[in-house]
Amino acid sequence: MQVVADVIAQFTGAERRGAFFIALATALLGLAMAVTGNGDSFGAHGALVLAASIITIFCLIRSFDKPEPSSERLQSYYDEPTKAGIVLAMAWAVLGLFVGDWVAWLLVYPDLTFDAAWASFGRIRPVHTTGVIFGFGGNALIATSFYVLQRTTRARLPDQLSPWFVLWGYNLFCVIAVTGYLMGVTQSKEYAEPEWYADIWLVVVWVTYFAIYLRTLVRRKEPHIYVANWYYMAFILVVAILHIVNNLAVPISFGSAKSYSAFSGVQDAMTQWWYGHNAVAFFLTAGFLGMMYYYLPKRAGRPIYSYRMSIISFWGITFFYMWAGSHHLHYTALPQWVQSLGMTFSVMLLVPSWASAGNALLTLNGAWDKVRDDATLRFMMVAAVFYGLSTFEGSFMAIRSVNSLSHYTDWTIGHVHAGALGWVAMITFGAIYASVPWLWKTRGMYSARLVEAHFWLAVAGTVIYVFAMWNSGIIQGLMWRTYTEGGTLAYTFTDSLVAMRPYYMARAIGGLFFLIGALIGCYNIWMTIRMARVSATNTAADLQDAPVAALQPGE
Amino acid sequence: MAIEERDAHSGYLTTGHEWNGIKELNTPVPRAVYFFLIATAIFSFAYWVLMPSWPTGVSFTRGLLGNDQRSIVAKSVRQADLERGVWTKRIASESYSAVQANPDLMKLVRESGRTLFGDNCAACHGADARGGKGFPNLTASSWIWGGSPEAIAETIRVGVNSPHKDSRISQMLAFGRNQMVSREEALNVAEYVRSLSDAGPVREPAGKLAAGKQVFLKNCASCHGDDGKGKNDVGAPDLTDRSWIYGGDLESIYQTIWNGRQGRMPSWENRLSDLDRKILTLYVVDLRTPR
Repeated sequence: MQVVADVIAQFTGAERRGAFFIALATALLGLAMAVTGNGDSFGAHGALVLAASIITIFCLIRSFDKPEPSSERLQSYYDEPTKAGIVLAMAWAVLGLFVGDWVAWLLVYPDLTFDAAWASFGRIRPVHTTGVIFGFGGNALIATSFYVLQRTTRARLPDQLSPWFVLWGYNLFCVIAVTGYLMGVTQSKEYAEPEWYADIWLVVVWVTYFAIYLRTLVRRKEPHIYVANWYYMAFILVVAILHIVNNLAVPISFGSAKSYSAFSGVQDAMTQWWYGHNAVAFFLTAGFLGMMYYYLPKRAGRPIYSYRMSIISFWGITFFYMWAGSHHLHYTALPQWVQSLGMTFSVMLLVPSWASAGNALLTLNGAWDKVRDDATLRFMMVAAVFYGLSTFEGSFMAIRSVNSLSHYTDWTIGHVHAGALGWVAMITFGAIYASVPWLWKTRGMYSARLVEAHFWLAVAGTVIYVFAMWNSGIIQGLMWRTYTEGGTLAYTFTDSLVAMRPYYMARAIGGLFFLIGALIGCYNIWMTIRMARVSATNTAADLQDAPVAALQPGE
Repeated sequence: MAIEERDAHSGYLTTGHEWNGIKELNTPVPRAVYFFLIATAIFSFAYWVLMPSWPTGVSFTRGLLGNDQRSIVAKSVRQADLERGVWTKRIASESYSAVQANPDLMKLVRESGRTLFGDNCAACHGADARGGKGFPNLTASSWIWGGSPEAIAETIRVGVNSPHKDSRISQMLAFGRNQMVSREEALNVAEYVRSLSDAGPVREPAGKLAAGKQVFLKNCASCHGDDGKGKNDVGAPDLTDRSWIYGGDLESIYQTIWNGRQGRMPSWENRLSDLDRKILTLYVVDLRTPR
């Protein structure tokens, strides 16, 4: 709790009052929700918001009378939110991966639900997806974006309150989301399950996030805006648009968690997959490309291979991805012309995607000895390779005739995890292992060998997972379309489930490897932070920060 | 401000920008990138010309190939029907006994019947058709609604206690709960019913069985028959065989008598074609035929 008190002690009087009024406002909001939604899960979420706000108010009051911070703080980057974001990201990683592996075992042993509604597949699967995508990925993106933004603009974050509001509000959203699923609250839209009130709250948080970005960028001391920031900005801006449009809905009352979507039928499906695929594009790709563009060259100590290729890739990715969503609806009631557009734009999308992966890998030219020796950099290298592999696979699967085999099978699950484990998680672990020593000012991670162990567990887990799902998916797809000589289906659906079982076991084991790797990572990070506290006087650490005088101070 | 440097490793100039130590090379975009950009664009343009692709307000460009997924599916379904017609027509038109007598046709019935049964019936009756608690075993017990192919076909068509207008209707009353028999009478008749199929040594005083028989004749015989062998026309199961839907131990029989039973089976008339239902009928009959 000392950490929280220290953070508040760094707040100015105005920031403390601002935080207090925000927390008071959310407390009242939570109270109102708890009262109007009494007896509904909406009320339970009101109580949760109220509790979170009261704890915050309590923390604020305890440190309210601390002296004002000295203005010296404005001469350095504001990294406390980044530190908190990294810790939160790792916590969500463990939760999300644990639940993911649980779901994987549930598919092997379908009776593993303890006859409880909350433990059924339909409820814990979104806990997994939200936990890893939004909890782990989102916190990692917010944390690293604050870090990268300040250093590549040479400007301190504009104030100290709004980054904490973003972090606090975003995690509150994630908690509302996953607790909601367990209670059965869902919009039934993949990756957009949270109901209307959580969605509105996220808009408020997200606009604040975007404002932080703009307010810092306008005060930048660097003449040019670095590529990483293009990607982070595209991520924030487009996710806001996607989120607002796909979640347009009418609540059945202001005291209920339930709402009805503004769209129906095939329009609903198209809006959902325009959202869904662009969530992959702008959350899981653009955001993490931003991360890659800073941490990979930084760690490798090499210049970016080609500035021109960065430009082509950025505009190619942002332009082509917008059209690709309809490839999720091949051979459905969606008009064929929309499918054609989705397919052709997905094919063209391969080129800028590979240009990005190539730009990353070619940046490593001249630093391959480091890749060999340094597991942190190797995490990022493997991430770029998996990015290339899964974008190729994605474009391939978007071709209608391929899709007729792959769609609805585990091949899709394998593809998603090649991207999510191989690309998103690996680049994040690389970035986290790079930034923890920078942030806590230690010479390096507590144990380089544990980073190495994490790396091999992560690679092994991903490869086992992906191969298992390729096999399972293709077998499944073929069994569904195999006919007897008489012209009738050769296999029942259950036959295909029986055939998939060994692969489901392999998948669950691969997932377990990945989870153990993340746990080792948590331990290593924890020990590094402890090490930093012990040797707090250590000033010889490799400080990455710009010279103090060269920094644009906060507002 | 922008000071270009030459990178010693690659030999390229940097752009002269630097962010927190990160520089960028001004390397030209590799030719391959342009080549594949153009190649995929050409592929896309060709695809747009040939296939339905761009909206034109109220309609869309239909493409030179005239490809239309809806008519393609309709055509393939017709084609597949035609190919299957070689044998499906015979199954549809010939009598049950004629099909049963034809080994070639029965091979096809077993093949397609297995997947039809697996995808539609196995969820309740089990993949091996042996049922489970609450769901009849189709391979061993006597038929509740009649075992002739015609009777089985009718059960599949209309279902049991289903919303179909011709549904087979059957309900065993809650004799105990609705106070038609006392607790003691229920216990006695349960004992008696168990003895009908269990020829083992009598564990209860014979008087109890006799009393149970009286309760049976008064309350149960109208549906299950004086001999307990059941009646197909009201869907009353045979109580003298060894198979039970809801369990044959004393406790389960007592529960059945006390709370009544009303099983359900969906009607398949609107879900499966006449042909598929006929194949299923033949398949189910065949399951019981000793080979």
